[in-house]
Amino acid sequence: MKKTLLTFLLCASTLSALAAPDPTLVRQLAADDNTDKIEAIQKLALTADPEAARILQAMADESLFLAGEQVFLFDGELARDAISGAEAEMPEDAESVTVNNRLRGELANALAALRLFDSDREVRLKAAGELQTNVSSGMAEILARARDQEQDAAIKPLLVLAHAQATLGDTDPAVRLAAVNALAAAASPAVRGLLLPLTDPSIEADAMVRDAAVQAMKSIERTLAWGDTLAGIFSGLSLGSILLLAALGLAITYGVMGIINMAHGELLMVGAYTAYVMQSLFRSYLPEWIDWYLPAAIPVAFFTAAAVGVLMERTVIRWLYGRTLETLLATWGLSLVLIQSARVIFGAQNVEVSNPSWMSGGVELLPNLILPWNRVIIIGFALFVLFLVWVLMNKTRLGMFVRAVTQNRPMAGCVGVPTSRIDTMAFALGAGIAGLGGVALSQISNVGPDMGQGYIVDSFMVVVVGGVGQLAGAVWAALGLGIFSKLLEGWAGAVIAKIAILVAIIIFIQKRPQGIFALKGRFADQ
Amino acid sequence: MSATSSVLPLPATGRVPLTLRFFAALDRKAWIALGIFLALALIVVPVLNLMVPPDSVFHVSAYAITLIGKIMCYALVAVAMDLIWGYGGILSLGHGLFFALGGYAFGMYLMRQIGRDGSYQSDLPDFMVFLDWKELPWFWLGSDSFGWAAFLVMAVPAVVAFVFGYFAFRSRIKGVYFSIITQALTYAAMLLFFRNETGFGGNNGFTDFKRVLDVPITAPETRLMLFALTAIALAATLVFSAWLVKSKFGRVLTAIRDAESRVMFIGYNPLWYKLTIWVISAVLCGIAGALYVPQVGIINPSEMSPANSIEIAIWVAVGGRGTLIGPVIGAFAVNLAKSWFTVSFPEYWLFFLGLLFIVVTLLLPQGLVGLWKKIISKKQGAQA
Amino acid sequence: MNAQTIRLDQPDGGDSATQLGHVVTGELDLSHGVALYLEDITVSFDGFKALNNLTLAINAGELRCIIGPNGAGKTTMMDVITGKTRPDSGKAFFGQTIDLTRLTEPEIAHVGIGRKFQKPTIFEQHTVFENLELAMKTDKRVWKSLMAWLTGDDRDRIADTLRTIRLDHEADRPAGLLSHGQKQWLEIGMLLMQEPKLLLLDEPVAGMTDDETMRTAELFVSLAGKHSLVVVEHDMAFVEKLGGLVTVLHEGSVLAEGDLATVQNDQRVIEVYLGR
Repeated sequence: MKKTLLTFLLCASTLSALAAPDPTLVRQLAADDNTDKIEAIQKLALTADPEAARILQAMADESLFLAGEQVFLFDGELARDAISGAEAEMPEDAESVTVNNRLRGELANALAALRLFDSDREVRLKAAGELQTNVSSGMAEILARARDQEQDAAIKPLLVLAHAQATLGDTDPAVRLAAVNALAAAASPAVRGLLLPLTDPSIEADAMVRDAAVQAMKSIERTLAWGDTLAGIFSGLSLGSILLLAALGLAITYGVMGIINMAHGELLMVGAYTAYVMQSLFRSYLPEWIDWYLPAAIPVAFFTAAAVGVLMERTVIRWLYGRTLETLLATWGLSLVLIQSARVIFGAQNVEVSNPSWMSGGVELLPNLILPWNRVIIIGFALFVLFLVWVLMNKTRLGMFVRAVTQNRPMAGCVGVPTSRIDTMAFALGAGIAGLGGVALSQISNVGPDMGQGYIVDSFMVVVVGGVGQLAGAVWAALGLGIFSKLLEGWAGAVIAKIAILVAIIIFIQKRPQGIFALKGRFADQ
Repeated sequence: MSATSSVLPLPATGRVPLTLRFFAALDRKAWIALGIFLALALIVVPVLNLMVPPDSVFHVSAYAITLIGKIMCYALVAVAMDLIWGYGGILSLGHGLFFALGGYAFGMYLMRQIGRDGSYQSDLPDFMVFLDWKELPWFWLGSDSFGWAAFLVMAVPAVVAFVFGYFAFRSRIKGVYFSIITQALTYAAMLLFFRNETGFGGNNGFTDFKRVLDVPITAPETRLMLFALTAIALAATLVFSAWLVKSKFGRVLTAIRDAESRVMFIGYNPLWYKLTIWVISAVLCGIAGALYVPQVGIINPSEMSPANSIEIAIWVAVGGRGTLIGPVIGAFAVNLAKSWFTVSFPEYWLFFLGLLFIVVTLLLPQGLVGLWKKIISKKQGAQA
Repeated sequence: MNAQTIRLDQPDGGDSATQLGHVVTGELDLSHGVALYLEDITVSFDGFKALNNLTLAINAGELRCIIGPNGAGKTTMMDVITGKTRPDSGKAFFGQTIDLTRLTEPEIAHVGIGRKFQKPTIFEQHTVFENLELAMKTDKRVWKSLMAWLTGDDRDRIADTLRTIRLDHEADRPAGLLSHGQKQWLEIGMLLMQEPKLLLLDEPVAGMTDDETMRTAELFVSLAGKHSLVVVEHDMAFVEKLGGLVTVLHEGSVLAEGDLATVQNDQRVIEVYLGR
């Protein structure tokens, strides 16, 4: 944005030396009173003069100086007289013109308003977009001019809204009414805030305007309520997809193999740090491909986490098959070792993993409902991983062997299934999926040595609710818990929501001790 | 303490007074060991602390007394954990909760004992003034009374344990499921106590205590008193637990651990047996917490973190579960190692603890006591 | 037996607090000579009907053998009687008055039904003596167990049973060290200590030597009359030795009933065992 502005300013200053800005207005910019300053800003903006734009930009950058009655532009090296633009010697005692937040807002709006007359459509669109909040009444005239002059269908409605905001405080009720009616079309929380005073009889005297404001508020609130609910469901889906990625690995290691792995969260951490390492490698060696570090990290994270998993299985877990409580304690020990290793290798602080450019930003569905691309992509990724796991478990030999070993280990051994190799491979698969989950997590939350700890309780809850030995159960439980807890969070706050969920799970287990998809029969409780 | 012979020849028939049964719970060697322990804690340590000049090698420093006092509280928790895990076969990963509840219950009393000596010179505890509360919340009612506090120390963990245990055991939640849910329970409680609005000081918890029973809490005499009380509580817990596990109740409990369905089909309802030992264990933890807080001078929600609770399990595992002396040995061994590591090699402590978890479960399933027994029986085997 | 009975029909079987852990004070009413009565019991697991409208009556003092191929529903039937599995529909009465479908496992044990599992389940860490002590008929609530102390009579009773099951020389050994056959005997001994009115025995002689099997048969025959016995067994020699009526289960319902010879000549039974 700065660049376009600069070129614009450069062009403007070389091409045209139209009328120099009004010296009294320029002097007024450095007035003592903020109201005077604002008046001067708005009047300068109205001139639509590139020279005025240059001065206002200087003021916004705090490079406008006052010495006696003379106003200077000073960029750190060279001083110019603000009015003539000629190089000048600036006295030592010149003082910077102070700019507070209110002035800064006015300056930004004024500069944006000036850009509304640019020939480049993109510049105008951007400027109109910036003029959607805190538009003061002094801008009404220039906005009206810009609106009437604008031909572009995308920009014009924005200018109508901006103008309506500026004229909400007009003395003429008819003008105010027109403004309210124009604003009714825009359903954003900011507009609601603007309209609210107009429903109050002590502020708004005209009954017609009040009624219109009340009607407009109602329609806006309806739209917003939809947006809020949808946003809640979306963030629930997003949390659910993370839980699903964390729980899918568990659904294999715990659900299918019956191994309780308290270090599962740390396998997520391994995946996330792998993403960090890949990012660093790309930065150093392939900076032009930096956006591709993430796709590259996916297989690397899978195999890294799987390798850690194999190591865990071979050294510790395999000696504890059938002793679940001992496995729990030993894997907790593994998790401590992994956490401390991460601290030693990468430091105790969180490391920074940034989204590739194609994952930043989002799609705005409603004024209060923006779906960030990173979350949308992660939901898609979770579904993709789920599909892969399903295929692997149900359509491949490995999956068939795993299921065979789970159901009847001695018999599987008798018919030639290499049970101990299958154990290792299934555990590695679960660990690898956790690694994939870690890559996804690195895109939306902090990456640090302790990051896995926060997910272990939640992901075990998913498996407990979903039922042991069931992929489908894990899926439904993850999505259900995600959406339920996000909706509750919006209603009761995060901590209460968490506690309510735990209580709900305990009550749920009363009714369905074996989870949603219970296995029944003689061997169900063995 | 697991020997079967008793000191007194007990009548084989008829009713035997309870006191005698307590007496019979330990054998002669165990009673002597317990006596030596109490003599050390009640006489030798106070004398070495108060009478011996600080520059003498025999002087026991205040630091050492606080450290040992703290570890004795942990040992009490470990014994409580062993009752439920070693004898009942139920691994709780939420015992830190009961410990913290006892600590908080007593901490409320200690906060009230500060009186107007806090930073804000108010009748209310400082954190309430900070939150702009005008009066004590209802659950602080009576917290200025020692008796009520002592009652809450046992009653709160008991009620929480009873309600949770009743629903969990009734729906036959067992094994790892139970462990995970207890972990979730203490996690939820930690989140709850982290909130300022919950009324227990939020993140900071309770600290800056001034007095207990109107005596200055940091005075050497008070410290020794608390130390002695902790030692007595630990000794009493050991005797009580020995009686418990030797009674028929204890045999039913281990039977439930080994073959629960058989126990049901011969007419015992495991629910009430599990619930009883679960509540007893929780109450013991609450007492330990109440003794811990005045000695350490702080209680905050991090005591409820899942990591703390799971550490209790490793004390028991290191010492040897299913024995009563094992948890005490384990609590001392692990915590002395911890205070040494955190001073000398803080970055290696987690490696050590993690490896301890792995090594003990893989190589020492019976803990140090089991190892000792193995060595003894080998020696005897060699002699024979 | 007292014909006057005490009500067991609390509003909600398993949930009422008075039932949990406390002795059910129902009295067994065998006045019509029927010890166990199952009517139209159906149990299904995920669509598979383990029991299908099973109707069965065992008389007081009777010794009944149940045979049937694998999957016929024998173990599920025992699960229903002992409260481990709740039937989807049907009635299960012990005597005239006790509705088994409303009681929990410990309560059912208390009203006088003892069960021996297919795989011997004993307390391996406890001594043989302690196994019998735990099984002994007494008040089994928590407080009583805390205060319990063996009387001389109790010791005599345990000693008697030890002799009956021929384990009197093994009394102080951990039960886990016994041989398979001895474990079976110990479990039967535990059953006897419970003094049940009805004994359910699931494959009691599996893993026993021929000699042990015959002795077991003698023991069971001697128990019949005082107790009712239901024996599930595959060993036909053993069934023959026991003598009583034989019921053949197939696909969750009764296929045939009668003495062993009649049943063995029944065309349908032969088909089930040999044909298909």
